[in-house]
Amino acid sequence: MALGYTMVYGIIQLINFAHGEVVMIGCMTAFSVIVALAGSGMPPLVIVGLGILAAVPVCMAVGYIVERVAYRPLRHAPRLAPLITAIGVSIILQHLALLVWSRNVIAFPQIIELKLFHLGSSDNSAAISNVQIAIILVSVAMMAGLLALVYKTKIGIAMRATSQNPLVAGLMGININNVISFTFVIGAALGATAGVMVGSYYGIAHYQMGFLLGLKAFSAAVLGGIGNLAGAVLGGILMGLIESLGAGYVGDATNVCFLNQFLPGFNDVCLASPESSLFGSNYKDVYAFIVLILVLVFRPSGLLGERVGDRA
Amino acid sequence: MSLLALEALHVSYGGIKAVKGIDVTVDEGELVCLIGANGAGKTTTLKAITGLLHPAAGRVMYAGEEISGRKSFEIARRGLALVPEGRGVFPQLTIEENLRMGAYARDDKPGVAQDMERMFSLFPRLKERRAQTAGTLSGGEQQMLAIGRALMSRPKLLLLDEPSMGLAPLMVEKIFEVIRAVSSEGVTLLLVEQNARLALEASHRGYVLEGGTVTLSGDAKSLLGNPQVRQAYLGE
Ligand SMILES: Nc1ncnc2c1ncn2[C@@H]1O[C@H](COP(=O)(O)OP(=O)(O)OP(=O)(O)O)[C@@H](O)[C@H]1O
Ligand SMILES: [Mg+2]
Repeated sequence: MALGYTMVYGIIQLINFAHGEVVMIGCMTAFSVIVALAGSGMPPLVIVGLGILAAVPVCMAVGYIVERVAYRPLRHAPRLAPLITAIGVSIILQHLALLVWSRNVIAFPQIIELKLFHLGSSDNSAAISNVQIAIILVSVAMMAGLLALVYKTKIGIAMRATSQNPLVAGLMGININNVISFTFVIGAALGATAGVMVGSYYGIAHYQMGFLLGLKAFSAAVLGGIGNLAGAVLGGILMGLIESLGAGYVGDATNVCFLNQFLPGFNDVCLASPESSLFGSNYKDVYAFIVLILVLVFRPSGLLGERVGDRA
Repeated sequence: MSLLALEALHVSYGGIKAVKGIDVTVDEGELVCLIGANGAGKTTTLKAITGLLHPAAGRVMYAGEEISGRKSFEIARRGLALVPEGRGVFPQLTIEENLRMGAYARDDKPGVAQDMERMFSLFPRLKERRAQTAGTLSGGEQQMLAIGRALMSRPKLLLLDEPSMGLAPLMVEKIFEVIRAVSSEGVTLLLVEQNARLALEASHRGYVLEGGTVTLSGDAKSLLGNPQVRQAYLGE
């Protein structure tokens, strides 16, 4: 998902806060298709594939319309205007989703039987599920495809040219409006796929899920260096690690159960759940923002970031 | 019939009038130069021709059609290329990618590949650095790249905005050599220059622009001999 951000940002220097909503819509669309087909007796992989096939064009259309209606008229406006618009677009998309898919948390049907593959010999060793493997494979494929698109094809080079100097790109005969639309559409297609993966990973979907996802992906993109594709991937991986390690280690470190020797009041809680801690996995989401703030304070251009100077 | 004709062209920036009704023509196959001091309106004129600015009044005619008001990418696709002031290379694209962007509107792959090799034989320095990003090139090399990129579109009309600006004498000579060669191949050129002597020596005809109006025009040779021009622009 960070890829979608970085790509759109790289081309037009606009932080598309609505990207999280595009992911949410992708997730929801795929959900509807999967639910509709779940009883049809088709093989589960085909059903998920069809879900993605439906989500991608829906999100592409959303991406196209959003750019056309909300961002294009503001292309020469001060930077703050499109930023505010982006937040407005997020809210509109959320409420559209609310109308279509209701306000309830939706359980993503687990039509693919979960299989765990243990890395060690015992059942307690680190394990990876087939769904996770599929997600990793799809992500790698998306990344490779995106890099090939942006670095090897004529339209990809035109995208980069447009981001570096739109006026001169126009002089080359490049229709920059088309290039920018194309960028949004591709970004949205990536978002749709990401949405399906998120849905199958967490098993639930909700009309407000986009907000948190959006902020996390944005943090990942900032961490890696916004506008930099390799940085987006690195940022995404690091963010995932930080979240799980943070939740694990800081959780242990702040485990409050050792206190029960001194404060008998904790006994009940700890008997009920010995893992009780101050900053455990419930606080997982917090780490993304801690990282975001740290990066913004100490290295605004990100790990692999270009020096963007006053444009940032 | 002229390939390019500016008819009573006015161009303004908001309320500031930069070009105040100029008439300029360039015939097919000609090399015409536009000379004038800083702020005379030379760049503004080229921007109006290429659709980067829209005229306040008057028209830009190209190949018998009015092009003023059209978008710059549409104008570019009709065979009109600009080497902008300050080169305008894409700094983070490689030299090869920059050249490829010059040929963006073409879809004859073999022809493009052939022209790419032609540019590399014209500018061997670019060939050595073909995989390097354009931002790492020297000013002169960037100018070569900007000219090569414009030629990659196989333009009918090539506009150059101060190609010699900020370059060492040897590099200036090389650039003018290329300009002459391009002209002798039949490409029509409109050259904007502050280096009036070199420009007039290379051109067939010339226009002198002062404060947004054309004050003198004519045969390049006669302009070179004109006492006003000699005093104001040739430093005599
Ligand atoms: N973006 C702008 N906004 C307002 N005024 C401008 C702008 N660009 C140019 N001008 C004004 O228009 C006039 C003509 O400028 P122009 O750039 O065409 O000159 P020029 O002949 O190309 O000069 P130079 O030789 O220095 O490149 C100048 O008085 C300049 O101050
Ligand atoms: Mg100028």
